[in-house]
Amino acid sequence: MPAFSISAKGLILAGLAAFVAVLSLAPLLRLALTGVAPDGFVDLQRLSDLLLKQRVFTATLNSLYVAVASTVLALIVGVLAAVLTVYTDMRAKTAWVFGFVLPLMIPPQVTALAWVQAFSPTSPVLGLLGLTLPQGARHPLFSSYGIVLLLGLYNAPLVFLTVRAALRRLPANLVEAARAAGAGGWRVFFTVLLPLARAGIFAGAALSFVSAIGNFGIQAMLGIPARFPTLITLIYQQLNSYGPDALADMASLALMLSLITVAGICFSGWLGRRKDARVEGLGGAIQIDLGRWRPPVEAACWVFLATTLVLPLSALVATSLVTGFGQELSLATLTLANYSNALLHHASIREAFLTSLGLTTVAVIVLMVVALFLGYFLSWQRSVEVRLIHMAAELSYALPGIVLGVAMILFFLKPLPVLGFSIYGTVWIILAAYLSNFLALALRPVLGGFAQIDRSLEEASQVAGAGFLQRMRDIIVPLVAPAAFASGIIVFMSALNEIQVSILLVSSSARTIGPMIVFLEEGGSSTLAAAVGCLMIVIVLALMLVASGLSSRLPKGALPWQN
Amino acid sequence: MVAIDIDNAAKSYAGKRVLDGVSMRIDKGEFVAILGPSGCGKTTLLRLLAGFEKLDDGSIALGGVEVSNKHFTLPPEKRNVGIVFQNYALWPHMSVGDNVGYALKIAGVGSSERKRKSLDALDAVGMRDLSERAPADLSGGQRQRVALARCLAANPSVMLLDEPLANLDVHLRASMEKEFLGFHKRTGATMLYITHDQSEAMALADRIAVMDKGRLVQFARPHELYREPRDEMVARFIGNGLILPASSIAAASQPGQVMAEVFGTPHRVRAPLSGRAGAQLSVHPNDLALANDDGEGFSATVERVVYRGSHNQVDFHPDAMPELSLTLHAPLDRAVAPGHAISVRIDDGWVIPAAA
Ligand SMILES: Nc1ncnc2c1ncn2[C@@H]1O[C@H](COP(=O)(O)OP(=O)(O)OP(=O)(O)O)[C@@H](O)[C@H]1O
Ligand SMILES: [Mg+2]
Repeated sequence: MPAFSISAKGLILAGLAAFVAVLSLAPLLRLALTGVAPDGFVDLQRLSDLLLKQRVFTATLNSLYVAVASTVLALIVGVLAAVLTVYTDMRAKTAWVFGFVLPLMIPPQVTALAWVQAFSPTSPVLGLLGLTLPQGARHPLFSSYGIVLLLGLYNAPLVFLTVRAALRRLPANLVEAARAAGAGGWRVFFTVLLPLARAGIFAGAALSFVSAIGNFGIQAMLGIPARFPTLITLIYQQLNSYGPDALADMASLALMLSLITVAGICFSGWLGRRKDARVEGLGGAIQIDLGRWRPPVEAACWVFLATTLVLPLSALVATSLVTGFGQELSLATLTLANYSNALLHHASIREAFLTSLGLTTVAVIVLMVVALFLGYFLSWQRSVEVRLIHMAAELSYALPGIVLGVAMILFFLKPLPVLGFSIYGTVWIILAAYLSNFLALALRPVLGGFAQIDRSLEEASQVAGAGFLQRMRDIIVPLVAPAAFASGIIVFMSALNEIQVSILLVSSSARTIGPMIVFLEEGGSSTLAAAVGCLMIVIVLALMLVASGLSSRLPKGALPWQN
Repeated sequence: MVAIDIDNAAKSYAGKRVLDGVSMRIDKGEFVAILGPSGCGKTTLLRLLAGFEKLDDGSIALGGVEVSNKHFTLPPEKRNVGIVFQNYALWPHMSVGDNVGYALKIAGVGSSERKRKSLDALDAVGMRDLSERAPADLSGGQRQRVALARCLAANPSVMLLDEPLANLDVHLRASMEKEFLGFHKRTGATMLYITHDQSEAMALADRIAVMDKGRLVQFARPHELYREPRDEMVARFIGNGLILPASSIAAASQPGQVMAEVFGTPHRVRAPLSGRAGAQLSVHPNDLALANDDGEGFSATVERVVYRGSHNQVDFHPDAMPELSLTLHAPLDRAVAPGHAISVRIDDGWVIPAAA
């Protein structure tokens, strides 16, 4: 018998390691190296000159400010929503939750566009409602407050989802015990529920912080016209004005952004862990009777949705249906010209749609396969190498997409060895960035799927004589398929919606649809931008519908928008 | 012919020994039960045999071919062993028939042949009619049978069963026990059956391997375990065994018998032919009887009497050692009540050998 042979399993593990090493580890290391020592040695003088430059310093403070302030807003809104939907007898929860979580699925630049159009002085819907803003005044959202407001509302569903999961795990008898001890409703809320949900709340805060600081769509759409620079818009503008020559400075800025992100994650992790309260207990769900407060609370909830979702979206739709921004929408002005332009006449938009769909499809297919195998190793054969692969994947997901963009440029700018050409400026570099960025996202539902099946099912096929690939095909893939499908849908939506990963990587020959909206809006084609935004929302809704149809076969919690 | 040869197997998890110097030879066609308290390493031994775990030391051979040693582990898919898992591990996305026929499919058996063989296997467990069902639509006992049929259809050289009846209710267990015996007789398969229920092991197995804390304590036929336990743990574990202190042991007229003093009264009991006798006597409730007059046994006091239908179970303590609680079975016509002074006779007993 051979003492060792190259097994299929070993080969696949090596392949996974290579995948992550080339797409995540090496680019990020390259970024760190260039950021700190662009010429091969650590040049502290250059670093301090750069970081203390007035513009850079301000942008760093601004980034921190919008991320922290919007996280506070997201926490307030998200926690309230979670408590209301989990604990109270509010009616029509399912519909409300769907509406509340929906903005998370909409590209942030589309959200920003919708809000900008809804609250502009020539807004198509404020007019209908009989409200007006003073003509000629600066747009109220083009300000730091506007950015904080939109980022906070955009990330509230993220907080909501994690807090809701934490609250659902709390057993009812804890509240009943507090009640029996004489605590009233508010007392119970502040002394029992919130402290116990604390780990969940800080996990949500971390997510919100990371998402806010890396959210290019909102920061660019509002911050650039407001002349409110943040790190992320600064990096973007550097590439725009200086091209790849500014790479060393961009790398340092990206590194700074990464450090802030990682510090934020660690800080909230630490806050959440302190005095960790692990909960054990039994009992069904907690129910709080709103009593006579029910109608006003429900009304407030729906008004909130009307203002933050319906109003902006209807402005977007209204704008997409007229030929000139500010034109009143009536039967006479109604036109589908923007849609036909976007889909048929405007070659660059059509191509961007096709490029995005193609890239997204390829990324989804590759990532589903990679996630299935990586999920297998992570669930059932955790070794040091496997853990390292996982960490690298998580890192490139957690860091702001624009950081990954800079890393990709740095790593892939030079011609590839053997092949002899550079993929910079082509769709391939965008694909590489997608594969790197979304691997961790693809992995999550798959890991949930693995957790639901018993290992003995695989072992039974092993004693039946099936080799690794046979077991994968006959037993594991059929059982994990629904979860893998859910991860496919989520990656598809995220990749189609994204703007921050590809914004630095797009070129005249390779454009994705996400940045297109920013370019159109910057170029003054608001109505066309609105039509493209509406089309993206339609695609997202269609995908959500398909995934929901399969929800009975998915692991619990695989689809974030379901109650 | 030796089907399984385990030689000095050792296994640790994170520095903790869970199997220590286990050696065992099992003949082809034998039905062997592995019996021991929870955590003693039974499942670990089975997983080593199947190839899911690597040996730290020693070796394992199946059918004369070495499959595991500390340097080499033949993967499970190449061992031709069959396992019946405690949770059955039926593949939920395949029908009963596909479950049973899977190993044949892997082996490249053609579809008509495969179908015939899996129906035969299902026949052997009385499930022929259910081959189109999904596993989810079966009862616990039926799933157990399908798992057995799946194992059988693969025609493994060894069948490994990890507490196959643990998830079934008492009633079903009894009928499945009967089924296992019939199944073993019909197929002549070599079976290694893990359980922590001693009565199940006694009822089913040709031989029983008793394990404790990672060691093999005794590997013998059921009646031998019952009559001649090697140490106190086996003696207590099998047949509600009781341990009495014995002293002044002297050879009796017949070989293999000795006179031992128990609570001040001499008794004729069995003892190992070779080796030193220890100071403990192994008896069972059935070996103790109420004596007719005082000189015959040791004196004791009744604590409790429980009606058991065919007999009364009498719990008592010897007056010489009141903290020791013992049990005997008394005929229903002997009137005893708590507090009564009785005299207890030892009809049979075994002096446990002294530890080497
Ligand atoms: N993968 C593992 N990692 C660490 N320790 C383990 C592992 N598997 C088993 N053990 C330990 O090894 C010891 C023996 O476990 P094993 O499962 O073989 O016991 P068992 O006799 O089958 O018990 P039971 O009757 O409860 O099933 C236990 O102490 C257990 O905690
Ligand atoms: Mg076990």
